[in-house]
Parts: sequence; structure tokens; C-alpha cells
Amino acid sequence: MSSPATRVDERAVWDALAEVPDPEIPVVSVVDLGIVRSVELDGERLRVELLPTFVGCPALDVIRDAVAARLAGMAAEVQVEMTFAEPWTSERITADGRRKLRESGFAPPGPQPHGDRPLFATIATRPRATCPWCGSRDTALENPFGPTLCRAIFWCNRCRQPFEQFKAI
Amino acid sequence: MTTQAAERLDRRAREALADLLLAMADDEFVLGFWDSEWTGIAPVLEEDVAFASLAQDEIGHAQALYRLLVDLEGRGDPDEVAFGRRPEEYRHARLLDHPRTDWAFSVARRFLYDTADAARLDALVASAFEPLAGLVAKMRREETYHLLHMHAWMERLANGGDEPRSRLVHALERLWPDARCVLAGVDDAPLVAAGVLAEPLAAVEQRWLDGLAPVFERLALPFPTVAPPAGGCRGPRRSDDFLWLWGQFTMVYRSDPGATW
Repeated sequence: MSSPATRVDERAVWDALAEVPDPEIPVVSVVDLGIVRSVELDGERLRVELLPTFVGCPALDVIRDAVAARLAGMAAEVQVEMTFAEPWTSERITADGRRKLRESGFAPPGPQPHGDRPLFATIATRPRATCPWCGSRDTALENPFGPTLCRAIFWCNRCRQPFEQFKAI
Repeated sequence: MTTQAAERLDRRAREALADLLLAMADDEFVLGFWDSEWTGIAPVLEEDVAFASLAQDEIGHAQALYRLLVDLEGRGDPDEVAFGRRPEEYRHARLLDHPRTDWAFSVARRFLYDTADAARLDALVASAFEPLAGLVAKMRREETYHLLHMHAWMERLANGGDEPRSRLVHALERLWPDARCVLAGVDDAPLVAAGVLAEPLAAVEQRWLDGLAPVFERLALPFPTVAPPAGGCRGPRRSDDFLWLWGQFTMVYRSDPGATW
């Protein structure tokens, strides 16, 4: 087997992944969102594991295809898999990702309402968010369900604007 | 991974697990379709959005559970399981046989289901069948939002004056016996023995009722000690309302089974 012209290493794979935007919030990449669980490069074989943000997210196939298309050619065999082996949580969103979300008018996720407590313990929790427009914490949840599964709708009592939050899960 | 995890189970546990997966998937699937009935006609626009999202979550959970089942059995196709069965082959709990009815009824049914499902998920999060444990860990985080949303609506209706309150009370009185079916109708002993399920369903149900009691007490809502219906908690006999819904959700699939969309 002849060696490829440019030797691909894992760093190059992560750099390429950082160019794949999330289809629903394209200001952030799959790396910013922490969707990439692992990158394994073993000679001819490149295997990437992705964590779904939501089980019923209709963008999962689009994300998997976009990642596979971007990595095509980086190894003789490229495998892109979705796994539930560990849950994706909003804690996985990077500091860069949070900044990009804020700059485009999305409140980054607050602390998880849930963690690993029994579900009944969370029944009366009210998710919180900081207004991405004016920075106020005086905000109220309008609807825990928004235009996509990963977004909730809040109202800022100070600047009197609605805004969306990337849900804490 | 599913195959390896399944190989550690004996035949009886594997059969019980297959039935549990089908029961859970059908619960989520059928509820998701009832939720989607509100699209476009919910009482406020925000609930149109909320119920569409709830439906999407539940049908997504069903899809992942059907996928696990197909992987466990090493044959079939999730779409075929979801849409290719006769109505009497579905394994959802009788609570999901009721139509959406009015808003208070949909809220009451969802609250009873979501809380029972929460108790069930809590008993599966450390499952010895790892593929299910992983999926459940993910589902629980999403279900948190269902719970807090439906809890907020229970408060709103219970404290919302005579009409909302009486509709809610009436709905609960009709739903209670069938709600007792959510944590029943599955052969749980081999699942507990194999560590797939943390405790018997009767114990899960007790945790559910213990968790609900203070909520119902605070809202002064009926909390009767009703027995679950004798037999038939998960079919095969189904209500006319479910037969109608089945006709709706399988209509496109039946028009051309196996078509590529």
C-alpha cells in the first residue's frame, strides 16, 4: 500500500470535524457541541463515534452524513457511528461553543435540572437562563419546548425580549 | 454490543426483555401519536409547539427502543415493527387506548404516564443490559422536561377555577384504573433475576404512587386506591379509539409496505 501524500493524524481529523456545522444551529460545530465522543485512527481505518443530543433529533442522519462526507478520503475506511453508550449532556458544550451561542442570541445551557437524581426529585424545577441580549438573570421560562427539541423559550424581564436557550439536559 | 449483552441472558430473560422493550416502545409510540393529534388545535400556540415536541421525543424514544429490540432478536426492521403489526399485536398499556378527549384529559393522562414512566426509567438506568441502560440515561434527561411541563399544567388546571378543575378531576377518575397498567403486564421476575430491571414492577409502582401522593395531596386531587383492571393491561383487546388511531398511523405504511421514502 502506498502511503498517502499527506499523513493524516488525529489532530487533522479533529480540525476537519471542527468545520462541520450543526444543521439546526450552524454557528456551532459538532466539536463545539461536544457531539464527538471519540476519534480512532488505526492505519487504514478511521472510526468516529458521535453522541446524539436528543434521541428523536431529526438531524442525526444529516449530521452523520455531513461528518462522513467531510472525513471521506482521510483513511481508506471511514466509519461514523452514533452511540448511546454514554449520554450526551449539555455540559459537553465547549467554552468556545457557549461563546458562539451567546453571540448569536442563544442563551447557553444553565446547570442541568436533572443530573442523575431520581426523576421525581426534578418535578418542580424551573430551568434558568441568562439573557443573551442584556445579561440579566431576571428571566422566566416561557416554554420548555421551542422550535427544535434542543431549544427552550425564555422571556427577559429587564430588556423585555424573548430569547431561546440551548436546553440544559 | 447488543449481541454481546444479549448473550449473557438466558432464554427466559431474553424473551421477557424483548417484551419489555416492545411494551415500552409501544407506550411511547402510541402516546406520541395521541400528542400529535393536538398539532394545530391546542388551546394556546405554545402548547401546539410543546405537544409537537413531546410527540417528537416520544416517537424518537420508540424508534430507538424498536431498534434495540430488532438488534436483540437479530432480525426485522424498526419500521416494520412500528407500522407492520395488526392492532391486537401492540403491547402498549391500556392507559394509551383513550383518545386525546379534552385538554384536561390529555394533561391528566400525560402526567400519570410520565410519572409512571419516570419510575420505570429509574429502575432501568443501571440495567445489566447495557444498551438499554445507555438509552435510558439519555431518555431520562429529556423526560425531565416532560415532567416539569405536565406538572406545571396540573397545577394550573387544579388551581384554575371550577371548570378546569372539574374537568381535571373527571379525567383522573376515568384514567386511574388504566394508569395502573403502565407498570404491569410484563413478566418481570426473569428481568429482576438477570439484573435487567432493578426491582419487581410492583415495587416500581409503589415508588410511583409514593412519589405522586404528595403532589395529589397538595393539589387536593383524587388519589383513589383503585385496582388495575383484571387482565388485559396490555392487549390483545383494544378500544375502538385505538383501532381508529392505528388506521391513521399505519395508513401510509400499509399503502406500500417496504417502500423507500
